[in-house]
Amino acid sequence: MPRPEVLDWLRKRFFPHMWCPGCGHGIIMHAILRALVDSGKKREETVIASGIGCSSRMPGYIDSCTIHTTHGRSLAFATGIKLANPELTIVDVMGDGDCTAIGGNHFIHACRRNIGITAVVMNNNIYGMTGGQASPTTPLGARATTAPYGAIDPPFDVCKLAQGAGATYVARATIAQPVLCEQYIKNGIANKGFSVVEIISSCHTQFGRKNNRRTPVDNLNYFKNNSVPLAKAQSMSPVDLEGKIVTGEFVKREAPEYTELYRSLVERVGGGK
Amino acid sequence: MSRKDITSGNWAVAEAMRQINPDVVAAYPITPSTDIPMKFSEFVADGLVDTNLVTVESEHSAISACLAAAVSGARVMTASSANGVALMHEIFPIAASYRAPIVFGLVNRSLGAPINIHCDHSDSMAERDSGWIHIYCEDGQEVYDTMIMAVRIAEHKDVLLPVFVCQDGFITSHCFEPVEFMDDEEVRSFIGERDPLFPLLDIDNPVAYGSLALTDYYFEIKRQQVEAMKHVERVYREVAGEFAKKTGRDYPVVDTYKTDDADHIMVIMSSAAGAAKDTVDRLREKGHKVGCLRIRLFRPFPAKAVVDALKGAKSIAVLDRAASLGAPAPLFTEIKGALYDAGIHIPANTYVYGLGGRDFFPHNAEEAFMDLINNNMSPEERYLGLRE
Repeated sequence: MPRPEVLDWLRKRFFPHMWCPGCGHGIIMHAILRALVDSGKKREETVIASGIGCSSRMPGYIDSCTIHTTHGRSLAFATGIKLANPELTIVDVMGDGDCTAIGGNHFIHACRRNIGITAVVMNNNIYGMTGGQASPTTPLGARATTAPYGAIDPPFDVCKLAQGAGATYVARATIAQPVLCEQYIKNGIANKGFSVVEIISSCHTQFGRKNNRRTPVDNLNYFKNNSVPLAKAQSMSPVDLEGKIVTGEFVKREAPEYTELYRSLVERVGGGK
Repeated sequence: MSRKDITSGNWAVAEAMRQINPDVVAAYPITPSTDIPMKFSEFVADGLVDTNLVTVESEHSAISACLAAAVSGARVMTASSANGVALMHEIFPIAASYRAPIVFGLVNRSLGAPINIHCDHSDSMAERDSGWIHIYCEDGQEVYDTMIMAVRIAEHKDVLLPVFVCQDGFITSHCFEPVEFMDDEEVRSFIGERDPLFPLLDIDNPVAYGSLALTDYYFEIKRQQVEAMKHVERVYREVAGEFAKKTGRDYPVVDTYKTDDADHIMVIMSSAAGAAKDTVDRLREKGHKVGCLRIRLFRPFPAKAVVDALKGAKSIAVLDRAASLGAPAPLFTEIKGALYDAGIHIPANTYVYGLGGRDFFPHNAEEAFMDLINNNMSPEERYLGLRE
């Protein structure tokens, strides 16, 4: 059950939600709401943006300013919103297909600009909504409807991608660590620039069925048994780390935020009007 | 020996693709067309086809990969719907201008916003001037048959244009019904091998695609596309005629149902023609002389066949599953244009129905027919099944 303090943030009239029973996305939504409430954010000053996919249905259930856009483009929309009103807190919720496939370009450029948006990437390693096609984060060898004998395309590491592209806060947790999820999202929101919080989620319906993780519990156990905290991972060999999910905060650095740079440019060339 | 099976519109497309055995398929998932590449990917994984299947990162990449493969000389197919089709838009006119014979399983779905996954024709209607051939199918059998015929039409050297084979999302794409399949061998002998003109991979005779042509040659190249479109109807009739001889299934450019002696004719496309034809039967039992004209080939528009079917009618109702905001609906505009050019003035009503998958029932068709029968005519656009 949701905590009492987040109840105001729910559009209860749209429940029951459309996620499968046991879907990891509910855990993430709750963590986002707790993080927002705990950060003292107001609903009317908070924007939740999304693209297309199971994860992208989330803004429908959150009673703040919300926009459900087209596949892969939510960061482009969110960039426009942030530039128009930099005071807003923007959380952009995305799935792995949305973020790293069709929206990959927007993702790396948002990282590059370091614009003040928190991207929560719900990575369940599959296109869930359209029936379980392999995505750019489907692990090598994992089965999908478009890879019935195992994926051969090497997957993206979302956090490394974000780090390489210039995001100033990058962290990863799994849905088996709801407190950590909340903490990282909160840190992401507190960061002035572009934050990426990758949350390893589960799709037992489309991914689990084909990969020996049939039930929600199978997935949670898998995450528990295969997660390694960053501090420990640093002392492990690449061979030992194979197939492991490294959790923790990978990047936490200061850099000029894009809308602030933009404002100072306007002030500089605007002749002090 | 042909075989009959219960299958969906999407799986019928995938089965046609298995038999056609294209060289390249590049696709990206989008409801409701996802089933097509998904089913096809099983055929690829099981080694039943020799296709290079590329699961790219967006629809834009899918159609770009298809186009490059097609001008390289490969036989190429893909599928998409709605916003996926819209994202591909940039490449569609380029594919037509490169004269790339891509065969495309288009599963009609509403364009957002609001986000909607159900059927209307707004996605393909938005591409009606992109230089592609558009064929709209009523049921799974027709979709299967048309995919096979489309390969021949697209690759014909007098045509060399890409083809959309449209079916109604969910209504046709997900509905299971009996479909008669041809033998693999029969399909392969019907379509033959592709004999590409100016393929990029013919390295002894290098060619350039996509060159700059400004005020000097652009216009002439567009004029050639106009000319190619003019050949389509003849080639279509040849291919459909040959197909009918082989299978007994005949697909004229327009499908006439009891129009010969009809006073009042409904013009419609795709799956909703079923409800329209049922309504024709019921109204005929009551003594009303009504008929139905279903447009199959929409681009190029078969004006003469349309005029031949409509010229004896006292009034007509044109039903569009897409609106053209700020102007009359697309099919209605074409019908009026065709009749005007033929010097025929028949009172015509225009109806928009079924947007966003709103059901189209026989009583909706009856409402339109009764307007004609009761001489309730006006040029103003009307809506069937809308709450107002």
